Amino acid sequence: MSLIYLTSVGRIEEGLLEILESQLADVFGLRVGCLKPLPEPSYAFDPKRRQYSSVAVMHELMRVCPASGARLLGITEKDLFIPVLSFVFGQAQLNGSLSVVSLARLHQEFYQFAPDQPLLQERALKEAMHELGHTFGLVHCPEKACPMSLATNIHQLDLKKTDWCVSCEILLQEAISR
Amino acid sequence: MKSQWEILVVDDEEVMRESLAAWLKEDGYRVDTAASGREAIEKSREKDYAIYFVDLKMPGGIDGIETMMQIRKLRRDASIIIITAYATVDTAIAAMKEGAQEYIVKPCNLEEISLLVTRIIKVRTLQRENAMLKKRLRKTYTLNDIISKNPKMQEMFRLIREVASLRSTVLIQGESGTGKELVARAVHSSSDRAEKAFVGVSCAALAETLLESELFGHEKGAFTGAASQKKGKFEQADGGTIFLDEIGDISPKLQMDLLRVLQERSFYRVGGSEEIRVDVRVIAATNLNLQEAVREGRFRDDLFYRLNVINIQIPPLRDRLEDIPLLTRHFIERLSVEIGKDVEDVSEDALQLLLRHNWPGNVRELENSIERALVTSKSRVLTRGDFSFLAQEVEDRDPWSVPAVTLQELEKQAIESAIKRTQGNIKEAASQLGIERSTLYDKIKKYEITRS
Ligand SMILES: [Zn+2]
Ligand SMILES: [Zn+2]
Repeated sequence: MSLIYLTSVGRIEEGLLEILESQLADVFGLRVGCLKPLPEPSYAFDPKRRQYSSVAVMHELMRVCPASGARLLGITEKDLFIPVLSFVFGQAQLNGSLSVVSLARLHQEFYQFAPDQPLLQERALKEAMHELGHTFGLVHCPEKACPMSLATNIHQLDLKKTDWCVSCEILLQEAISR
Repeated sequence: MKSQWEILVVDDEEVMRESLAAWLKEDGYRVDTAASGREAIEKSREKDYAIYFVDLKMPGGIDGIETMMQIRKLRRDASIIIITAYATVDTAIAAMKEGAQEYIVKPCNLEEISLLVTRIIKVRTLQRENAMLKKRLRKTYTLNDIISKNPKMQEMFRLIREVASLRSTVLIQGESGTGKELVARAVHSSSDRAEKAFVGVSCAALAETLLESELFGHEKGAFTGAASQKKGKFEQADGGTIFLDEIGDISPKLQMDLLRVLQERSFYRVGGSEEIRVDVRVIAATNLNLQEAVREGRFRDDLFYRLNVINIQIPPLRDRLEDIPLLTRHFIERLSVEIGKDVEDVSEDALQLLLRHNWPGNVRELENSIERALVTSKSRVLTRGDFSFLAQEVEDRDPWSVPAVTLQELEKQAIESAIKRTQGNIKEAASQLGIERSTLYDKIKKYEITRS
């Protein structure tokens, strides 16, 4: 039985989900599986902000989440927001089962650079680790190189590594074995 | 630790409220939410939050500004952040005038909100630390910190409160380690001089001439080494209190000088001709029997009567055994923090040991023993084993409880146990006994003591 499920919310970058599946299995030491893709999240579109409500996408994920105890991570190309913030890279339920990551601001194109597929893949992995980490009860880590640190812009995200820091690793293993 | 801080998010819109709360939780804070101004005020009545996020526009019922003002009435120092949409920024600026600490215009960027929260929490943490520090200082110098449930000590507390604001001289008598300086500070800080200086001088620590210049100051060139003019402790204490510890040890000349200060309220600096007037309350202390010193002519009787206007006797620790558990737990609480050990209590049999000890060094000895035990302890509760150094002393002292022996027998026993303690090291044994090595050899021969 898989303990982490991935799904795409609307069409996303080709091949990305499959690579994430094996990478996440590695960093969490858990089985990871993919669910069938979800449709474009037009229900979450806010015409005034021209962005997508992260809360609405989370509600949709809740509808399709397989079993209690499993984690579900949705991946979308749409730019996500919550009312008080101009954008979010992702969102998660702390100690819950749902999380979502937006690829919109992980593309080099967003910052007027040439496309960079490996960089996109690496950023997506860091963000996925971060949001899934929240579902395992991890809060923001003061260690800037740790995936659980708070990134407020793409530069800070790029400073992170794809390994947990020592204390987050311990907390994560405790949460998983519980 | 962020998790010790709690934040209240107030908004009538569920998505807005819950998503901000969720983000703050991810950042490590504990978060409560309120769906209306009324609910927010109710919650702030029960609990003081580190930060209040309040949405300015809450239609129906109490709006953001009114909510903020009500919370401010309950929590004068609350940090309140007003959340506003772009269209109502003017109102938000008005809110600042009403006492909002900050406002954010939604949607605001992650960096801004994160920095804002971090900054407020940093200030809060500092404030909390300062408050704790102040409380500790207050505790240290007020009566409440001289901890005791002993009736004699309670009587002493009453006396201190009654005489605190008089100008009369106080003489504190008690064995060493009973906390004479603590009592002197208590008198000072309960008096109307509390805001002024408390200056302590140990009279036994300095040679006569040095003590004289220490107390009264000196003029430039008053003696070799007096390179510049210096104010003495009496001048430093002007308006406040001077505490003269170990007053029984001062020389006849200084006794006379002091008498003059007490009579005239004025003095001259060493080598000076200008008369200096001061308003100083004198508190003196000694562990000697000053009455006896007066009878034997070692201490001026006129000075004694000048000092002894108000007499405070501190009983030795062995006469107030009921305080030992109290003091022990107090020292554990304070010292474990200072040393950084996670020790919470003391075991029953360790307390039994502490109650049996004679405490010649009184409260200070108890404090030192707790500190020593804490340093070596490996558990959350101090055990009898942690105080094994005391048990050793108790056993060593056991022969002393047999009184019917001659002085010579006593001397022989002292030498024998010193040799045993030092495992036959004569140099060390002689130094412990406070005699010359050759004298020790003589006595070993005299008492026919074997050195093995
Ligand atoms: Zn970490
Ligand atoms: Zn996060």
